[in-house]
Amino acid sequence: MKISRCRPRLLAVLPLFLLSGCTVLKLGVLNHAGPIAASQWHLYLIVGAVLIFVAGPVLLLTPIIAWHYRLSNKHHAFRPKWSFSWKLEGFIWIPPIGIVIGLGFVLWHFTHTLDPYRPIVSNQQALEIQAVGFDWKWLFIYPDSQVAVINQMAIPVGRPVHISLTSGTVMQSMLVPQLAGQIYAMPGMTTQLNLAASKPGNYRGENTQFNGSGFQNEKFDVVALSPADYDRWLTHVRASGRPLDGKALADLFNNSSLQQPIFFSSAPPDLFKHILVRTQEPRS
Amino acid sequence: MTQGIWPAVLGRFDWQALPFVRAWNNPTASEIIGAGAALIVIISAIFVVVLISRLGKWRYLWSEWLTSLDHKKIGIMYIVLAFVMLSRALIEAVLMRMQQAAAINNPGFIAPDHFSQLFSTHGSIMIFFMAMPFLTGLINYVMPLQIGSRDVAFPLLNSISLWLTGGAAGLMMISLVIGAFSTGGWSGYPPYTELAFSPGVGTDYWILAVTLGSIGSTLTGLNFAVTIYKMRCPGMNLMRMPLFVWTALCTSVLMIFAMPPLTVATALLALDRYLGFHFFTNDLGGNMMNYANLFWLFGHPEVYILILPAFGVYSEVVSTFSTKKLYGYTSLVLATAAIAVLSFTVWVHHFFTMGQSADINAVFGIVTIAIGVPTGVKIYDWIWTMFLGEVRFTVPMLYSLAFMMTFVLGGLTGIILAFPPLDYLVHNTLFLVAHFHNMLIPGLLFGMLAGYHYWFPKAFGFRLNEKWGRIAFGCWVFGFYLAFMPLYVLGAAGMARRTQAVFEPAFLPWLYIAGVGALVLFCALASLFVQLWVSIRERDANRVFAGDPWDGRGLEWSTSAPPPEYNYAVIPRVQGLDPFYDGKRNDDSYAPPSSYDDIELPKNSMTGPVLGVVAAVTAFGLVWHMWWLAAIGVLASIATVITRSFVRDVHQIIRADEIERTERRWLSAVAAAKPIPREVEMTSANQGLAEV
Amino acid sequence: MSSSEVKHPALNLCDSDELTHGLAGSEVLGFWVFLMSDAVIFALLFATYGVMLPATVGGPTPASEYNILPVFLETLVLLTSSFTFGMASVAMKHGAPRRQLLGWMGVTLVLGLAFLGMELHEFATMFGDNAYPTRSGYLSSFFALVTTHGLHVFFGSLWIIVMMVQVMTFGLDARVKINILRLGLFWHFLDIVWIAIFSVVYLQGLIR
Repeated sequence: MKISRCRPRLLAVLPLFLLSGCTVLKLGVLNHAGPIAASQWHLYLIVGAVLIFVAGPVLLLTPIIAWHYRLSNKHHAFRPKWSFSWKLEGFIWIPPIGIVIGLGFVLWHFTHTLDPYRPIVSNQQALEIQAVGFDWKWLFIYPDSQVAVINQMAIPVGRPVHISLTSGTVMQSMLVPQLAGQIYAMPGMTTQLNLAASKPGNYRGENTQFNGSGFQNEKFDVVALSPADYDRWLTHVRASGRPLDGKALADLFNNSSLQQPIFFSSAPPDLFKHILVRTQEPRS
Repeated sequence: MTQGIWPAVLGRFDWQALPFVRAWNNPTASEIIGAGAALIVIISAIFVVVLISRLGKWRYLWSEWLTSLDHKKIGIMYIVLAFVMLSRALIEAVLMRMQQAAAINNPGFIAPDHFSQLFSTHGSIMIFFMAMPFLTGLINYVMPLQIGSRDVAFPLLNSISLWLTGGAAGLMMISLVIGAFSTGGWSGYPPYTELAFSPGVGTDYWILAVTLGSIGSTLTGLNFAVTIYKMRCPGMNLMRMPLFVWTALCTSVLMIFAMPPLTVATALLALDRYLGFHFFTNDLGGNMMNYANLFWLFGHPEVYILILPAFGVYSEVVSTFSTKKLYGYTSLVLATAAIAVLSFTVWVHHFFTMGQSADINAVFGIVTIAIGVPTGVKIYDWIWTMFLGEVRFTVPMLYSLAFMMTFVLGGLTGIILAFPPLDYLVHNTLFLVAHFHNMLIPGLLFGMLAGYHYWFPKAFGFRLNEKWGRIAFGCWVFGFYLAFMPLYVLGAAGMARRTQAVFEPAFLPWLYIAGVGALVLFCALASLFVQLWVSIRERDANRVFAGDPWDGRGLEWSTSAPPPEYNYAVIPRVQGLDPFYDGKRNDDSYAPPSSYDDIELPKNSMTGPVLGVVAAVTAFGLVWHMWWLAAIGVLASIATVITRSFVRDVHQIIRADEIERTERRWLSAVAAAKPIPREVEMTSANQGLAEV
Repeated sequence: MSSSEVKHPALNLCDSDELTHGLAGSEVLGFWVFLMSDAVIFALLFATYGVMLPATVGGPTPASEYNILPVFLETLVLLTSSFTFGMASVAMKHGAPRRQLLGWMGVTLVLGLAFLGMELHEFATMFGDNAYPTRSGYLSSFFALVTTHGLHVFFGSLWIIVMMVQVMTFGLDARVKINILRLGLFWHFLDIVWIAIFSVVYLQGLIR
C-alpha cells in the first residue's frame, strides 16, 4: 500500500540529513574509548547477530505468507480446518528455547565480567574518585589528592578508575556512554563504578535520572589525559585557590545549574562520608 | 488569603493555582500554552453541557448510559473515555517532540517545569486512562458475548469500576485547570516525589488519580475472572473458550495480583507526604529502593495486562480474516498462561542499574529473555494461521500484519535491554523510550484499534468506513516509524529521556524526523475521528443488522448487530471451538427457539456515577488539603455503599413476548438478507449475513 | 460427602437452602478473589515491615515497644470473635431463631470493638514513649501494617452492624445470607492476618 506521496522528496533530503546525523554515532558506545565500553560493544555484536535469527524468520514469513495466501490469489491451497502440526510445533518451540538457553549463558558470563562493582584488572593501582550528584551538577572528589571539581572528571589514560557514588539530593544516575554503563547514585547510600579510558579525549557524561527543572543541564566532561597531562591538571586544580569550605558546600546543596567546571583547590578529608550523613538529615 | 475560616475551607488553594493567573503574571509561551490547555478543558466541558441541553438528552444519557449496568454500554463508555484521553495524551506527545526538536542549544518554547508535567501526564494518561480503559472496554463488550453469557458476574461492580476510572480521569483534567500535575513521571520515584523535593499539589494529583484508577482495575479483574470461571454457557469448557477470552482471563488474574502492589506503593508514598511517615524519605530510615521494587512489582505485570488483550484481539482477527481456524490453539493457551506467570518474575529488569549484585541482575535478565519464547510462539502461530488460509486485507488484518513485523523489532530491543551490561548503557535514555513505545504502539494500540474496527459493526450495527480506516492505518504505521526509530539512535548515543533541552547539534536531524513522525501520528488520530464522522453519515448504506459481517467464528457473531440488551434469548450450548462457524456450516444457526422465557436483568443504578463523583471529590479535597471536603467524601462513599445495600428492588424483567418480538424481527431480517461472499464484505452489499 | 458438597467456596448451604447455594457460587467466589488481592496488599506490607525492621534510627525498637500481654489478650479476643462468628454462621445455616443469630453476631461485634479498643490503647502507650510513626522507617512500617489490619477490623465491625440491621429488616433472604457468608470470610481472613502479625511482628520482635 502506498502510504506517502512525499517519499521522493524525503529521499532527496535524507542523505543530507543522514550525513549530518551520522555524527551522532560518535557520541555513544559505537565510539567506545575504554575497555568496559569496548566489551559492551562486543556484547552488542554477539547479541545482534543472534537476534537476526530471531527476527529474520518473522520478518520474512509474515509478508510472504500473507501475500501468497491472499484472497485474490487463486493459485494456493486452502485448508480452512488445518490448525496443528507436531513437526511445526517442534520448530516453533525448540529453536527459540535453544536460543534463549544459549543467550542465557552469554548473559550470565557478561553480566559478571561487566559488573560495575568489579575492579578492572591492571598492573596499575586504581584511581579513587568519589562522585556526588547534586541538583543539578556533579561534584568529583579526589580523596587521595584532596581536591574536588564540579562538572569535570579528569582521569589518566590507561589507568583503572574506581568511582564511589552518592547523591546529595535525590536518586540520580551517572552515565558516560563512551566509557562504561551507568549506575544509580542515591542519597545516604554508596554505589560503585569501575571504568578506564584507553585513549585521550573528552567524553560526555550526564545524569539520566530525572531530578527537576535543571535536569537537562546536569552534564559533565570526562577528560582522559596522558599521565603527564593528568599530573599537570592536578597541579592546576590545586592552584585554583578556592577551597571547598563550608559555604561552598552549602552552595552545592542549593539548586543551581553550573555549566562551567569549577575547581576546588582543597577538599576536606571525609567529605564524601560527611555528605552521606548529611543527606540523611531532614532537609532544611 | 484573608484570615478567618478561608484557609481551612480552601486548603492550600491560592490564585497562583490557576494557569490564567500564572500566564498573566508571566506571559511566556510555556505559560500561555498551559493557560490555553486549561481553557480548552473549560470550553469543552461547557460545550458538552450546552450540547446535551440543546438536544434535550440529559434524561436519555442518565437512564440509558450513565446508570446502565449493561456490560455492552459500560464497554462502549470505557472506549469513549479511552479515545478522549488518547487525544489529550497524543497532543502532549506532539508538544514534547516539538520542544525537543526546537531546544537544541536553545531554551525552546516549553519551560522545564511544564515539560516535566507533560511527560508525567502523557505516561500516566496513556497507561491508566487510555490503554486500561480501552482494553477493559473491549473485554467488557466482547467477552460475555463470547462465553454465551448475559452479563458479567457483578454488573454493579462493573459500573463502579467504570466510574472510579472516570472520576480519576476527571481529576487528571481538573489538574490542567486548577493547580499543576506531578513532575515525577508516570512512575513517581521518591525521594523526588517526597515533600522535601516536590511540595506542591502535583504529586498528590498523581497519587490519587492513579490510586482511584487502580482500585477500579482491581475490581474489574475480579469481575472478569469470576465471570469467565462461573458464567460460561453449557458445553464451553476451558479449552473451548475463544483465545480472546483466555487472554481476558489471564489479564484479569494479572489485574487482581498486580494492581495491589501499586496501591501499596502509592499509599505508602501518600503516608509519607500526608502524615510524615518515613517509607521513602532520605531521613529517618526511609529507603527509596523499596519503592522501586513495589512499583515495578506492579509495573511489569501491568505491561502484560496491556498486551495480552491485544494478543487476544490478534488471535480473533487473524483467524477470521485468514478465513481459517486458529493454528495451535493449545500452544496459544499455554503460551498465554506462561507469559502471565513469568510476568511476575522479571520486575528487577526495570532497575538493573540500582546496584544489585551481578547474580541477581543475571537471574532476572535470563527470566526476561525467557518471556521471548512464548511470545514468539504466539507470533508464529498467527503466521501459520494465515498459511493455507484465504487472507483478506481488511483494516484489522492490516493492523495485525503491521503488529507482527514491528512488534518483533521491539522484542529484539527488549532482549538487548534484558542484558544488564547493555541496559547499563541505555537505561533511562531514548533507547528505552523507543523500546516500550515499540511494544505499546504496534502491540497494544494497533490491537485495540483492530478490535475497535472488528467489533464496531457488532456494537453499532454498521461498518466503519474502510478508506479512512486505511488512511489512519497508514499514518499510524508511518508515523510510528518516523517518530520512534530515530529515538533508538539517539538513545544509543546517550541522549537521556525526559529531557527538556539538548546541547548536541548531532541530535538535530534525528529529533526533526521524530518531530515529523509525531505530526503524522496526530494525523492518524485525526483520521480516526474523520472516519467515525464519515461512517456515521454513511451508516444506512453500511448496516449489518443480521450481525455477521465477517463470517465470524465465535458466539458474539450469532446475535443481531447491535445485540439485544439480554444478548441471548436462550443461552447457547456449544460443542467445540468456533461454535457459530460450525453451526453455520451444519445449517444449525439462526434457528428460532421452541419457546421464550422471561429474562431477569439488573436494573440501572446510580451507585456507580455517585461513587465516581464522590471519590473524585474526596481526592480533590485531599490534594488541596481541604480536609472537610475529604471527610465528607469518605463518609459519603461509605453511606452510598451502605444505602445501596438496602435497596432490594434491583432486577428488571424483560417479558417473554417482548423477547419474542425482538428475536422475530431480527430473524426475519436474517431471512431477508442476501448472504455475501468474502470478496464483497467491504461493500454495502454486506448486510451481515455470510455465504457458506 | 457428595461431590457437589465438596466443591463450594464457603459455608455449604446446599442442604438448607438450595436457591442461595446456587447463587452463592459466583458471589462468594468473587469475594474470595477480593480477599486474595487484599492478601497481596498485606503480604507487601509484611515484606516492607521485614525490610525496614532495622531502620530504627536510634529510636524505639521492637524490644522496647512491644508488650506481649496486651497483644496476647488482643489475640484471644480476636480468635474468640472468629469462633463466635462461626457460631453465628451455623445458626444461620440451620435456621436457628433470629435471636440466636443476632446474639452471636452481637458478641462478635463487641469482641471486635474490644480488640480495636485494646489496639488503640497500645498505640497510645507507644505514643507516650515517643514511638510515633513519624519517628523512623521501622515505626512507619509497623504502624502501616498494624493500622491497615485495624482499619479492616473497623470496617468489618461496621459491616456486622449493617448486617444485623438487615437481618432485622429483611429477614434471611438470599442476599442477606450471601452477605453474611462473605462477612464470615472477611472476619476469618482478618483473624488469619492477625495471627501472622502476632507471629511476624510481635513474637519476632520480642524474641530477637
